[in-house]
This record gives sequence, structure tokens and C-alpha cells, in this order.
Amino acid sequence: MTPLATFSLALRALQRNKMRSTLTMLGIVIGVGAVVAMVGIGNGAKSQVEAQIATLGQNVILIFPGSFATGGVQSGAGGVGTLKLDDAKAIAAEVPDVLAVSPGTRVSAQLGYGNQNWSSSIAGEGPEYFEIRQWEIISGAGFTDQDVRSAGKVAVIGATVARQLFGEEDPLGQIMRVRNVPFQVVGVLRAKGTSVMGTDQDDVVVVPYTTVMKRLSGMTNLRMISVQCSAEDRTAAVVQGITDLMRQRHRLGPDRENDFMVRSQQEIAEMATATSRVLRVLLGAIASVSLIVGGIGIMNIMLVSVTERTREIGIRIALGAHGADILTQFLIEAVTLSSLGGVIGILLGLGTSTLLSRFAGWPTLTSVDAIVVAFLFSAAVGVFFGLYPAKKAAALDPIDALRYE
Amino acid sequence: MSYVIQLEHVWKTYRTADVELHAVRDVSLRIEPGEFVAIMGASGSGKSTMMNILGCLDRPTQGHYHLDGTDVSTLDRDGLADIRNQKIGFVFQGFNLLTRTSAAENVELPMMYARQAVGSREMRKRALEALDMVGLSKRADHHPNQLSGGQQQRVAIARALVNRPALLLADEPTGNLDTKTSIEIMEVFQTLNDQGITVIMVTHEQDIAQYNKRCLIMRDGVVRSDEPVRNRFNAKAQREALAAEPPAVSLP
Repeated sequence: MTPLATFSLALRALQRNKMRSTLTMLGIVIGVGAVVAMVGIGNGAKSQVEAQIATLGQNVILIFPGSFATGGVQSGAGGVGTLKLDDAKAIAAEVPDVLAVSPGTRVSAQLGYGNQNWSSSIAGEGPEYFEIRQWEIISGAGFTDQDVRSAGKVAVIGATVARQLFGEEDPLGQIMRVRNVPFQVVGVLRAKGTSVMGTDQDDVVVVPYTTVMKRLSGMTNLRMISVQCSAEDRTAAVVQGITDLMRQRHRLGPDRENDFMVRSQQEIAEMATATSRVLRVLLGAIASVSLIVGGIGIMNIMLVSVTERTREIGIRIALGAHGADILTQFLIEAVTLSSLGGVIGILLGLGTSTLLSRFAGWPTLTSVDAIVVAFLFSAAVGVFFGLYPAKKAAALDPIDALRYE
Repeated sequence: MSYVIQLEHVWKTYRTADVELHAVRDVSLRIEPGEFVAIMGASGSGKSTMMNILGCLDRPTQGHYHLDGTDVSTLDRDGLADIRNQKIGFVFQGFNLLTRTSAAENVELPMMYARQAVGSREMRKRALEALDMVGLSKRADHHPNQLSGGQQQRVAIARALVNRPALLLADEPTGNLDTKTSIEIMEVFQTLNDQGITVIMVTHEQDIAQYNKRCLIMRDGVVRSDEPVRNRFNAKAQREALAAEPPAVSLP
């Protein structure tokens, strides 16, 4: 029998029991629909996190102070005092493949302009900071090495600060107060949005690090060092280079743990997406269970169908059908059921994720891969669960089958 | 070899636990082309087993069976299926048509399983020809539940003829039909036989055997008698006589 004839035979058999076919497909429809919708939501969440990670900059490595021990007293992670300005300078000078280094300090301060005031975070950084973070200055300019040397009272402000403090007014060239010290606004940063941790990245004032040390906090140790390396595939080597250099500079013996932490952008991204990955695996497991349940439903109905049609099978075998003809007929019926369910499920899943992104505001991203895999998987479910009933039909003895009432 | 059927010392033995049951015992039989043979016997006589072996639905335990020159006793399952498809046309007591499938499509069924693929247009043409031979070409699009018992059996005969088999094998073809319809069906068989088609028919009714040319009587798995039919019935004449007869009870 030609494949086309077998296929139209299967379609007609399914049409005869519309209600039954529909209910049988339902399991697969729900399973595939769930998979497609969940992959859409999961991918959406993942791409959102990735976009946030990208706001960190390109090929960025961050160094934070770690815990250190003094005479048996262990400080907590992020304990002050382990990162020095000289460390940053040594990294810039000695580690290969490092493009730029910016030593960072942080202090929070009350800002004022006219009768407005606003509490924000002050970031003391080097002039390379904007390049490392790939942070565009939309009006004005960054500060210079000269400003760093002279601990200049110049500030580049984030979009949130600009809005809160200056409103509609153009902040460029204006004098604002930071802890009552007057600073001139030399640049305004492009808005970046929320960070991975959920904080507003635009609520910041960037000034030379020397200015923070000398005029605002009085402390000389660093809260972080931002490093940009030349290429993504050099990241691991640079991380290793920094670690070796820092251990040597801090005179850490082989039995001592690092008193600093080095994190590459990839590691941060992995940490941020780890949760969503666990969630995706979990949802995928649930969806597979529903696909298997749907497959068992198909197997059940196919077994009933084979029993009901024993006489028909007997007639076909008596008239010259080979076992393979009968096997294909029932297998194609099962696969048609499951893949039709798969197609409906895909449409349902796409519809659900579209509705979710439109009305609940969840970011969703449907991938062609997921749709193709869902379809192939549903067809495979049909083959797997249709095989046993089809084999049973093909093995029927024509004499018994013709006598079956 | 000029025989359609040649059985040589054929046995069929069923073994259940430690009991051996010989359904067919050492039967040898030759049937020539153009014969019209009735196989008669009470239930348990082995005539159904004989029918299954002749129809290649079952294999003899011992002995050889040559059908139209081919030794079919050594063929496997698929080989037997091809023989059934090409050489044998089946007509069953219960018609065995596919329900919710039109008469023409039922007749096309054996062509769908032919190893040499037949085009769909050619299939329809041959199906209509076969239906025409049994006088049903106008009912090609009717479904079995829209046809009378006699018409359904004619569709089954058309299906049996469509692959131009060497042998037409009928198992109690009139068992589910009334007398008048039985005569009509026997007329179809007689007409086909007159055209040279070999027909073998299993029946337990003496009347029906009377339309055949040769009659085998089986008992306990053995052919007890094998004789030509004397005073053979002519179905066409009987039908015409029946039509001329006034109804038994005339209502006002």
C-alpha cells in the first residue's frame, strides 16, 4: 500500500470517532502546550537576565575584597581593607590582556541642588570606568586623569539623579552639593535600567576615586576593582593572572585562602541564570510527565480500537495484507493522533505565552527550536505508544479474526 | 500441470496437551480449471479446516498443496498473503464488507494490497467492471448498510473477482440469505462458472450443493464421497419460474 493511501485510511478512521480522537489528543495537546509556553516564558526570563548582565559591560572582571584573618579573627566576606589602590595599579601594569582598570570606592551621600535634595550612591572610579562598563555619556563628557590627580570636584550623574535633582532643567555645568561640598556636573549618563540584583543602576553619581577618598569618605581602601580584558576567550587566563598576582602581593601562603574574590562576567551571568535553569528543568519534567500520560492515553485508545476492529483486520489480512501493512496502518493512526495533538498544543502554547506577555507583562521568547523539538517529540510519543497496539493488530490470525464477533 | 488445486496426502493435526486431533486425514484431491465443486459435511467433519487450507489461511501439518502450479505448503505468512491476494477470491457467509466504506472502495481493497501497485484511476475502473459483472454498477457509491443482504454478497463476490483470481472460494455464501436471494446468488456463481471461473463452495445445505457440478462429502476429516452432481439445478430458470408464480397470499 502506498504511504499516502495508508495516511488517508488513518485519517478516515480517526474521523469516524471524532469525540474519541479529540479526547485522546487532549493529553498530548496539554503536554506540548505546556512545554511550548514554559520554554517561551523561561527563554524570556533568561534573555531579560542576559540583557541585564550585558549592562555590566563587555568582558568585565570584577574584584571584591574577601575575608581575611588577623591573629585568628576571621572577618566576613567583603571585609574592608584588603583591596588597595596599588593592587589596581599592579593589575593594570602586570597582567597581560588587560585593557583597562578602574579602582572603585563607594559611599552614600545626600545630594542637593536648589531646594531639591536626594540621597544617592557616590561611585569613586577612574576615567576608564565608562568604557569598561560601556556606559555612554549622552551629554557632556567624563572626567580626566587630571581630575583624578587633583581630586577634582566634578561629577557624572545617572539618569535617575538627573531627573530627581534637576527635573526638566539641563544639569550640565550646574553646581550641585554632595555632603555640602559643591561639585560641577560635567556629564549625564544614558539610562541603563535595573541590575540583575534589582537595584536601579541609574541612581548613581560617578566622581574620581581620589575625590571620594580625600573629600568624602577619607578611606583609602577599595570596594571593588573593575577590569576589562581584551577578549572573551582570554577571560579565564586573566582571572588566573589576577588571582596569582593578588596572592603574591598579599603574601598569601599556599595554605591560606584568598582574601579577595574575582568574578568574571560569565560567572555572574551563570549565577543569575542558575535559578531560572532549575525552574526550567522542573517545568520540563512536569511537561514530560504530561506527555507520557498523553502517550499512555493514545496506547489505551489504540488497543481498544484494535479490539473493536479485529474483524476489519481479519478481512484485510485474508485479502492479502502483510503484517507490515497492518502495522503501518495502526502506527500511522497513532502518530497522526499524537502529532495532530502536538500541532494543536504548539498553537495553544504560543497563544498562552502571547497572552501572558500581553496582559501579565511577562517577557516571553518562543524559539523555533523548541517548537520543532516539541513536534518531533509528540510524533515520537505516537510511535512509541502506538507500536505495541499496532504489533498486536499485525500479529492477529486471520481465521480467528474473521470469526471474532 | 493442468490442475487448479492438487492436494497430496494432506493432514491437519491439532495438538492440545496430550490429545491429538486430526481435523483432516490424508486427503488427496485434484480440481481442474472450470470446475464447480461443493464441499459438504456436518459440523466437525473437517470441512472448515479444509476450507482454511484451500484458502491459504492455514497450512497443512503434513502433505503438499499445489495451487495453480505453486507449492504453497512451504510459504511463510507474507507469502501466503500474496497468494491469497493474487490467486484466491473469498466470499464469506457474513459478507465481511468494511462498514462505512462504499461498495466500490470495498471492491478496491484487494488491489490496495497487491504487490504491483495499481493506480487509483485503474483501481476504480476495475472495481466498476467487477461490480458490473455482478449487476451492481449502479450501487458503487452505496455503503453496505444501504444495501440488502443479497446486494452485499454481490459486492463481496465483485471484491473476490477483482484481482482475477484462479479460484473463487465461497464459505456458506447463502447461509445468511433467504431462499429467493440464495437462488439469485447461485445464479451469479453459475454465470461466473459458465465464463470459466473455478468455484469451490463449502455448504451444509443439499439444495445449494445441487447447483454445483461436483460434490465432495466429508466426514471425520476424510472425503467419504466424490461424485458429479446429478439433476443439477439451474438458478436462472428457477428465478424466472419464481417471478412468474403468483404471490402465495394475495392481499386485497
